[in-house]
Amino acid sequence: MTGTELGWWGVALAVVGGAIRVSTPYLFVSLGETLTEKSGRVNLGLEGTLLMGAMSGYGASYLTGSPWLGVLAAAASGALLGLLHAAVSNLPRVNDIAVGIALFIFGTGLAFFLGKPFVQPQAPRLPTLALGGFSDVPAIRAALEVSPLFFIGIALAFAMHWALPNTRWGLIVRAVGDNAEAARTAGYPVNLTRTLATTLGGVFAGVAGAFLSLSYPGTWAEGLSSGQGLMAVALVIFARWNPVHCVWVSLLFGGASALGPALQTVGVTGYYYLTGAAPYVLTLALLIASSSRRHRLAGAPGELSINR
Amino acid sequence: MRARVETALITAGALALAFALFGLFLLANRLNPLEVYAILWLGGFGTSFSLQATLTQAAPLMLTALCVAIPARAGLLVIGGEGALVAGGVCAVLAGVAAAGLPAAVGTALVCAAGAAAGGAWIAMAGALKHLRGVNETISTLLLNYIAIALLNHLVSGPIRDHAVSLKVTSWSIPQPYMVDAIPGIGVHWGLALGVLACLAAYVLLRYSVPGFAIAVLGGNARAAQLVGLPIGRLTLLACGLGGAAAGLAGAVEIVAVHGAASGSLVVGFGYAGILVAFLARQNPLAIVFFAFLVGGISASGGLMQRRFDMPDAATQVLQGMIFLCVLGSNALYGRVRMFRVARAGA
Repeated sequence: MTGTELGWWGVALAVVGGAIRVSTPYLFVSLGETLTEKSGRVNLGLEGTLLMGAMSGYGASYLTGSPWLGVLAAAASGALLGLLHAAVSNLPRVNDIAVGIALFIFGTGLAFFLGKPFVQPQAPRLPTLALGGFSDVPAIRAALEVSPLFFIGIALAFAMHWALPNTRWGLIVRAVGDNAEAARTAGYPVNLTRTLATTLGGVFAGVAGAFLSLSYPGTWAEGLSSGQGLMAVALVIFARWNPVHCVWVSLLFGGASALGPALQTVGVTGYYYLTGAAPYVLTLALLIASSSRRHRLAGAPGELSINR
Repeated sequence: MRARVETALITAGALALAFALFGLFLLANRLNPLEVYAILWLGGFGTSFSLQATLTQAAPLMLTALCVAIPARAGLLVIGGEGALVAGGVCAVLAGVAAAGLPAAVGTALVCAAGAAAGGAWIAMAGALKHLRGVNETISTLLLNYIAIALLNHLVSGPIRDHAVSLKVTSWSIPQPYMVDAIPGIGVHWGLALGVLACLAAYVLLRYSVPGFAIAVLGGNARAAQLVGLPIGRLTLLACGLGGAAAGLAGAVEIVAVHGAASGSLVVGFGYAGILVAFLARQNPLAIVFFAFLVGGISASGGLMQRRFDMPDAATQVLQGMIFLCVLGSNALYGRVRMFRVARAGA
């Protein structure tokens, strides 16, 4: 049985496979953004972090020969950009959303500036786990080539889901994010907490970038990330600041992104770009449906500037 | 007056810091900053040719910056300039094609009006969502950017594609007579004049008109605006609509003065660079004219820097990012400099 003979089943399979593959970067950026927003800040610059992560991950993998060192390098570059966001946002009367836009421009430029030498060479890629061994159908095998980062991301989501309400650190982050004044009065360091949350959020986004360049699509080139980082903020709203919901939302967005290319294989062309816009339309529709003039979004941290 | 000196000095300081940091960055990449800055000057401002390129870049930047600055006056952070520009460009083409055969001047005016109307409607959508449903305008305009670009790509790759052009995916072209020439003598298209006029008009409107004052009250304190009975919904729509119209006009100008047809060439980041210009200008429409010129020059010098130093085009983007960060950080200084603090108390 070949891929084309699978017909509409092939489309469904490609969407499932695509959901798993494409969702991983979505998952990491949305978890990072969730953590940052739980502390009361918004980092709109994760697109730049993502690209810097992709570039440094690819470069480090190429130079050292180890893709996992690449992931580490990506995480480090993400931490630096997160720290930069926090440092500027910590200053009085500085709008964190605007800082995010600045970091989006800065990070994107920096990634393409420093990444120029890595456009040609081939870096070692991250291994994948072949979970489709039970089947003889190549399409199923291809769909179930899953990166270990996908499972790490899911584990991270459940860990965050547990840690935010159950650990001292998680509670401090939430207290600072819900009411900075009260947290300060209770003696918790607001800016320090937010700095750490934004830095760690940057680490996650950096790892998401490493996935892009070292796993899928697995190359370093311009146009590598198509707004996945910018979408992080929307994803988090969609997931209602719940790390486990981030998993479902990422899978949904991954599947939606895979729909256009999958439809093309069965001859439904002409709607390629429109299906590509599905995640954005979906998010906007959800925002419209769930927002209200009278009260803020359910589950949103009280200090969040996008929510007042 | 002193407040203006304070603004000018702090902004100049932030720019100086950004250029110093970028110099360090160049040093770290084994480039001589002085040589690079000399080329930046040459490529952006030094010759009549580079000035033309700079002014050509500055024209759309002024208009997309207004898309940030006008809503900002009402307390909204709109980042949808890119989408409004694209919407304006597409509708400008549609209007031009639909209304072929009119006198040239009428046709051009119609095409520009269609672009402005489309851009205005595009951002007004975000304003309406904000007012009616409380949807955050920053997020909705960000999403609308992607939706507009997807619509553009969809339309030019199928429904309005010009199949006679095989090398490039592009839409039908507007009738040739509707295209505008350069302003005689300086070799820059008329979009520049439109951009400057739009900034002047926005300044007058925001400073000296009743609706402008009402928008400022709304931006200053929405609750107070409500209590004194201002029509908040209408003012929100007005601010968003005018801002969007400016960006839509930028798209139409790119059509009538540069491309003649809609294509991916409309999506070159004017919307995002416009956000930088607006923040550099501290949302002041007159200052936008100057800073659009500055940012346009930095962008325009990218090509020359690339050829001279074999460095990536992205260098100019790194510099723009650094400037943006320094300018935002400099917000912390307002009211902190003693010289101005004393003066403020007395003034």
